Amino acid sequence: MRKPITLKGETGTWEMVIGLEIHAQVNCKSKLFSGSATDFGASPNSQVSYVDAAMPGMLPVINNEAVNQAIKTGHALNAKINNISIFDRKNYFYPDLPQGYQISQFKSPIVGEGWIVIDLGKGETKKIGIERLHLEQDAGKLMHDQHPRLSFVDLNRSGIPLMEIVSMPDMRDWEEAGAYLRKLRSIVRYIGSCDGNMDQGSLRCDANISVRRPGEEFGTRCELKNINSVKFMMKAVEYEAYRQIEIIENGGEVKQETRLYDPNKNETRSMRSKEEAHDYRYFPDPDLLPLNISNERIEKYKNELPELPDQKRERFQKDFGLSFYDADVLTADRSYADFFEIVSKNRDTKFVANWIITNFFAMLNEVEKSVEESPVNAEQLGELFDLIKEGTISGRTAKEVFEEMFTKGGNAGDIVDAKGLKQISNTDELESMAKNIIEENTDQVSKFKNGNEKLFGWFVGQMMKSTGGTANPKVVNEILKKLLNK
Amino acid sequence: MTKISNLGVVDTLEGLNKKEFSSVEVIKEYLNLIENDSKLNAYIHFNAEKSLSSAKLSDERRSKNEALPLDGLPIAVKDIFCVNGEKTSACSKILENFIPNYESTVTSKLWKAGGIYIGKTSMDEFAMGSSNETSYFGSVVNPWSKEGDKLVPGGSSGGSASAVAAKLAPVALGTDTGGSIRQPASFCGTVGIKPTYGRCSRWGIIAFASSLDQAGPLTRSVRDSALVLENMAGFDNLDSTSVNIKVPKFTDACSKSIKGMKIGIPKEYKISGLSSEVENIWNDGIKWMEDAGAEIVEVTLPHTKYALPTYYIVAPAEASANLARYDGVKYGFRKENIQDLEDMYSSTRAEGFGEEVKRRILIGTYVLSAGYYDAYYLRAQKVRTKIVEDFNLAFNNCDAILTPTAPTGAFKIGEKNMDPITMYMNDIFTVPASLAGLPAMSIPSGLNSNGCPLGLQLIGKGFDEETLFSIGAAVENAANFQSI
Repeated sequence: MRKPITLKGETGTWEMVIGLEIHAQVNCKSKLFSGSATDFGASPNSQVSYVDAAMPGMLPVINNEAVNQAIKTGHALNAKINNISIFDRKNYFYPDLPQGYQISQFKSPIVGEGWIVIDLGKGETKKIGIERLHLEQDAGKLMHDQHPRLSFVDLNRSGIPLMEIVSMPDMRDWEEAGAYLRKLRSIVRYIGSCDGNMDQGSLRCDANISVRRPGEEFGTRCELKNINSVKFMMKAVEYEAYRQIEIIENGGEVKQETRLYDPNKNETRSMRSKEEAHDYRYFPDPDLLPLNISNERIEKYKNELPELPDQKRERFQKDFGLSFYDADVLTADRSYADFFEIVSKNRDTKFVANWIITNFFAMLNEVEKSVEESPVNAEQLGELFDLIKEGTISGRTAKEVFEEMFTKGGNAGDIVDAKGLKQISNTDELESMAKNIIEENTDQVSKFKNGNEKLFGWFVGQMMKSTGGTANPKVVNEILKKLLNK
Repeated sequence: MTKISNLGVVDTLEGLNKKEFSSVEVIKEYLNLIENDSKLNAYIHFNAEKSLSSAKLSDERRSKNEALPLDGLPIAVKDIFCVNGEKTSACSKILENFIPNYESTVTSKLWKAGGIYIGKTSMDEFAMGSSNETSYFGSVVNPWSKEGDKLVPGGSSGGSASAVAAKLAPVALGTDTGGSIRQPASFCGTVGIKPTYGRCSRWGIIAFASSLDQAGPLTRSVRDSALVLENMAGFDNLDSTSVNIKVPKFTDACSKSIKGMKIGIPKEYKISGLSSEVENIWNDGIKWMEDAGAEIVEVTLPHTKYALPTYYIVAPAEASANLARYDGVKYGFRKENIQDLEDMYSSTRAEGFGEEVKRRILIGTYVLSAGYYDAYYLRAQKVRTKIVEDFNLAFNNCDAILTPTAPTGAFKIGEKNMDPITMYMNDIFTVPASLAGLPAMSIPSGLNSNGCPLGLQLIGKGFDEETLFSIGAAVENAANFQSI
């Protein structure tokens, strides 16, 4: 079994205790308590209703679509959906918070305890507890770069529905924390409750971390904010763990506080201490009735839950004969799995899996595009594989054709035709070509027959050269073997 | 010919329907009275052009026999309702020049029923007060004042009560959080009803305490209130706390006999400090009920004595959050020449809010803060539940409860505003029904020795305003109260 990473300090070994709070923007058309749109990148203050701007006399009305997404997510986290939950007001002043309070859920969240299984490589897994999931509104955004003296406020984000998903302090190193964040992102993307986009801020992460001697009680924790990628989260946790160890080993005490992670300097800085922490004065929002969710509604979304990553991975292994590794990679994201399932239908699943993982993903990585953004779609890639299967092109040519499809567009068949890449598999044609080469290179032939077997490759190369690489390598091999071994 | 402004809601509409006068004539008469009123300060804004053009349209509808239920009726609006294109400030400096470009659901319903906006009436700032002395636009005077002895109209809907009593409007809208319709109605000798919480939409009404605020009419007769309430009540999907229940024809209830009804008299309302004049009126009321064939039963509301402190925890707590949006960032007043963000907030709010509003924000912030929440806010919520239970039990034995509306009649301007606790005592009889969300109505029932009106309060079961209108009409009949 995998052992969590421990840290060596001056005085011995230290263990990390990590819990994550994820803010996931709920995938739905309108805001949590108003009808405004939630599109990303709209011009400032173009998606703001009177409710979002907290005009006098405005009242919130719950968006049931957002509630349904939270129910679905709760199910995917194996969690209890509460029949009754309550919206509270979290009071604080800031110009991006027009009401002067955020509507959130404090004492009675919509989703209670649950768990997910994270993957730690080589088939190793670990169960991580979920403490709760609650719904809340997002705040707006301050813009400080528009004017030399003034700050501007963009309220487009004001009121956008968020799910705050709080884990138990069950993670013991940054690898586990990274695996948790990746898994959670994968789950919400699978069920479509959040697009999981960390660079657009639709998924944000705060990390709570403390250190302790193995087996001892939890230490004092610090909360790390401003983490916008899995990589930075892992780095932030690592930095913070070492910082805390150093303090303790030098006889100091870790102060409970909120710290800001700076990805440029890879360090965390104090933001506010426990004493400076806001008193949010939570109380039930009297503008909203308790959220009442019937058992029927809860069951409905349980039954509609799609296949989740773990189930899909098992099915890919079982039904398609894929290795754990391949199945794991292909089910890490729903878009991968969907793509794979379309391409592999009625085709050699292992071949398709291997090709997608090694060639297709490599190409996407190179241009930093997602599967959804791929210029080559699943059908097009399938056609390319059919050309290989039919012997029209070689596997090597296929890579060349794929590059062309990917960078310039077009279908595999058209590119093969246009570039004359069609593989020569005609035995007679290739055989007469081989005979010519053998006749013209008697020296090489005798060297080969005298035991220099490496020269076989030279003959293959000559064949490829004279066909512009379109000769079917398998047929060429057979013919040359036959002729040279006569 | 009768003076138009002597007519109430029902009579004005009757005159209009009989073509005795046009809506334009009605509006002109009121605008003239409002413009020339130099004594009361009941109105803070009016818009003659808007009112007259609405009146013209109303007359056109009537000429085509397409008159709506309230067609041509002038309606004064408490400055807490957002009226499209009209300054709406809740009588606070912080919203002094705020003009909404949306219309509250309640006023919108009334305009759709043919009602005509006649002006904005003054109120205690953000509805916080019982004397209308906290209005940024100055005190309002009770029309029952004697020369040189200016009396308060009550509050917070003081401008509305004063305007209706002085016949500067046949009806004015108010809101009631802890008595803000009923107490000024009592002080000014008008009828005022706070309907059941959830009966009228709160959308577009500037919030004071969201779990208590309700809109209602102030008029000079019970039937007038019934007719207006019929046209302003109803479910609104923009207000999650409004209740989807049919609105009965309240006017029908006004002529229903109360014979055999049980009227509860809560012994806990016989507080020490209740003036003998108020007690006498209460006894008169009991006798009128018996004369009308109702049965008087004693009921007990044992948690009444906790209602006032409970109210003064719950309402400020909610207000402290509701008023956080007035921060100088988006609209309304913002202090100039500020140093930084902190300074912008504190200077804007220090100068934009009046003393009573600041007092309640501080109380509300305190009772919600860490370490005090359980002792104050949470406990108050528990007591609130007890008060609800008290009423539920009492209503097992009676159809409605009769009490005085306020412990005294109108007092002098400046008499009580130095001592907030004395001022809060005005609400002692009105806050229990507010906390329980029950409908309650004040009916003018007599005069005290100063010649000032005193009202009796009826508290009904949830969503049973009809019984209040039936009993209210009986009280009105027996009291034979004469308007100014």
